[in-house]
Amino acid sequence: MSAEHRPEKRPAEGEAAVPAGEKADAAAAVKPGEGTTAPAAAVAQQTSAAALEAGSQNVRGDVDLATARTPLEIVDVRTGMFGATGSGDTSGYGGLVRTIAMPGASERPYGGWFDEVVDVLTEVLDESGTGFANAVEYVTVDREELTLHVRREHVVEVARALRDDPDLRFELSLGVSGVHFPHETGRELHAVYHVVSVTHGRRLRFEVAVAEADPHVPSTTSVYPANDWHERETWDFFGIVFDGHPGLARIEMPDDWPGHPQRKDYPLGGIPVEYKGASVPPPDQRRSYS
Amino acid sequence: MAAPHTAPHATAHVVDDQTTDVPTFEASGGDWSDIAEEAARLGEERIVVNMGPQHPSTHGVLRLMLEIDGETVTEARAGIGYLHTGIEKNMEYRTWTQGVTFCTRMDYVAPLFQEVGYCLAVEKLLGITDDVPERATVIRVLMMELNRISSHLVCLATGGNELGATTIMTVGFTAREQVLQVFELITGLRMNHAYIRPGGVAQDVPPGAIDSVREALTQMRHYFRQLEDLMLANPILQARLKDVGSLNLAACMALGITGPVLRSTGLPYDVRKAAPYCGYETYDFDVPVNDGADSWSRVLLRMEECYQSMRIVEQCLDRLAALPAGGVMVHDRKIAWPAQLAIGTDGMGNSLGHIKEIMGTSMEALIHHFKLVTEGFRVPAGQVFQSVEHPRGELGVHLVSDGGTKPYRAHFRDPSFNNLQAVSMMCEGGQVADVVVAVASLDPVLGGVDR
Repeated sequence: MSAEHRPEKRPAEGEAAVPAGEKADAAAAVKPGEGTTAPAAAVAQQTSAAALEAGSQNVRGDVDLATARTPLEIVDVRTGMFGATGSGDTSGYGGLVRTIAMPGASERPYGGWFDEVVDVLTEVLDESGTGFANAVEYVTVDREELTLHVRREHVVEVARALRDDPDLRFELSLGVSGVHFPHETGRELHAVYHVVSVTHGRRLRFEVAVAEADPHVPSTTSVYPANDWHERETWDFFGIVFDGHPGLARIEMPDDWPGHPQRKDYPLGGIPVEYKGASVPPPDQRRSYS
Repeated sequence: MAAPHTAPHATAHVVDDQTTDVPTFEASGGDWSDIAEEAARLGEERIVVNMGPQHPSTHGVLRLMLEIDGETVTEARAGIGYLHTGIEKNMEYRTWTQGVTFCTRMDYVAPLFQEVGYCLAVEKLLGITDDVPERATVIRVLMMELNRISSHLVCLATGGNELGATTIMTVGFTAREQVLQVFELITGLRMNHAYIRPGGVAQDVPPGAIDSVREALTQMRHYFRQLEDLMLANPILQARLKDVGSLNLAACMALGITGPVLRSTGLPYDVRKAAPYCGYETYDFDVPVNDGADSWSRVLLRMEECYQSMRIVEQCLDRLAALPAGGVMVHDRKIAWPAQLAIGTDGMGNSLGHIKEIMGTSMEALIHHFKLVTEGFRVPAGQVFQSVEHPRGELGVHLVSDGGTKPYRAHFRDPSFNNLQAVSMMCEGGQVADVVVAVASLDPVLGGVDR
């Protein structure tokens, strides 16, 4: 491995994903001629292409990266094996750079009944005047599961369409789950909804991403009353505020608990040990494999 | 949002404009009628009773806040969180294989369902679903169905006990003991097994296990006949359970209720049929339904489901007997743990042969063993959702990987958690004594609710 592959230090927390040196590497890794027109998009595209080049985790042959609408969501850029700097990484893999990206937008055909469901949803949303393109940012098909990435303003309308249209009829909600991606600036908090159509024997997921600074999502309890406790749980653990919820109180943690424990930046406690005032560091500060 | 509190408190009285000048009665033991008389003397009509979190009929640490008018419940709310242990958060700091050890402790009455749901989700993320050996899948189905029987037995037994029928409890728990002995034989533990692992199961069933399960099934049938004799024609049980805790189909769909409670409204929704996993489509079994939509029909359903589970268990045993022994883990040595377990003098551990190999003859094997156990394997980035039919309903496992050796996020959509939302609807307008029956028919396990 050449010297440029060894970055001086890790990117700081919260900083935009790719440090300059690695970006150059990433760009260099892209085959010449494979790029997009807009410069900003090009960087993102190249980064995601580099993610695949660098042996990234998502090997998706069926997606044409050059035409994908939205870049892959870069989760992290990792160096070495331990995430340690200086002499901490004794694994011999200190120069390893891996870009981790989540599955990005999929192109048609999605396969199976996925196309039919997206078609019907497009029809319903276009008829109502909202427009599918306004409501749904992009569609992901990964591991035979369909994900609709929905803009938060339209989440209730999408949920209602999914529940009520006879050709969709996702009448059973399996609740809300939160995910926190501190690296994804402006879209840190995700609320993930899973719904089932008992009528048609189908299941899909829709996902809303909001910023940590403005963590508001309209409540879906008016469509799926089952989401009542699930939204309270997601508020409790992730701090996503579900506007219009009938009583958004904490559900698992005590009422006066400060903070939202499932966030990645929530401080964890260490364990004091009876040896010269030493303590076992909190789990997120211990040396661990990245 | 709630107003900022002046001093930290966990569950103190609500203090706001509406509650000032309202007399409060605190009862700890004593005669209930004295308190009721005192309340009547003061002209106070609104009485709120806290049932739990320490109450024998709440299946753990469920807190029910009941507003009562005489013996009638006018408002019922459930308070949970008393058993929250942060299992989902903990799983984010352990390897994918270690995650099994955590999720098995969620719903401790049905631990194998969390294990299977979690492992199926990890396998889907890894893309190795089809590589799991047939024998491992059959063992998983066998264990799940045995677990379904033992879980339903706990429900029937404790449900009877709460109504004062101790014999139902003793017979039910004796029958469950048969299952737990099988579990101990196969996994080494009666609960908290961590037996199902990503890629297969920890070890093959020991010699003689098939005969032991057949013997246990015979014993269980005997106890089930006793339970049926005790329960099904029992006029007291019928009077207490019939038309109590009613919840119709529309309410079930709105509240996301699944499992026996949903099937008691007549809808045959069962994940084993709706979205088969572990090859359930190849087994011959029925999904029993009932249209009573009350606590009584749920008792009948759980009984019938146990018989259906026994049918599946018998098919599993036939398949196991036909399949060659061994081969219960994926062939990929980068995922399969180097676990060649054997019973040693100091309990169960890796077999001496394996220890001899890694310590004496092959340094590469030692390195591989060390790397896989301490570091674990990496799982490609992405998210999956895997559902399994839990005894209490649909258990969903939402896993997110960031390409690392640990889950980025593990969320369990526990059926008990969701189903407890129905408490208000099932109890309001009924009698205080019926709350016990209604909650028992939901069969919540608070370890799963709070996680």
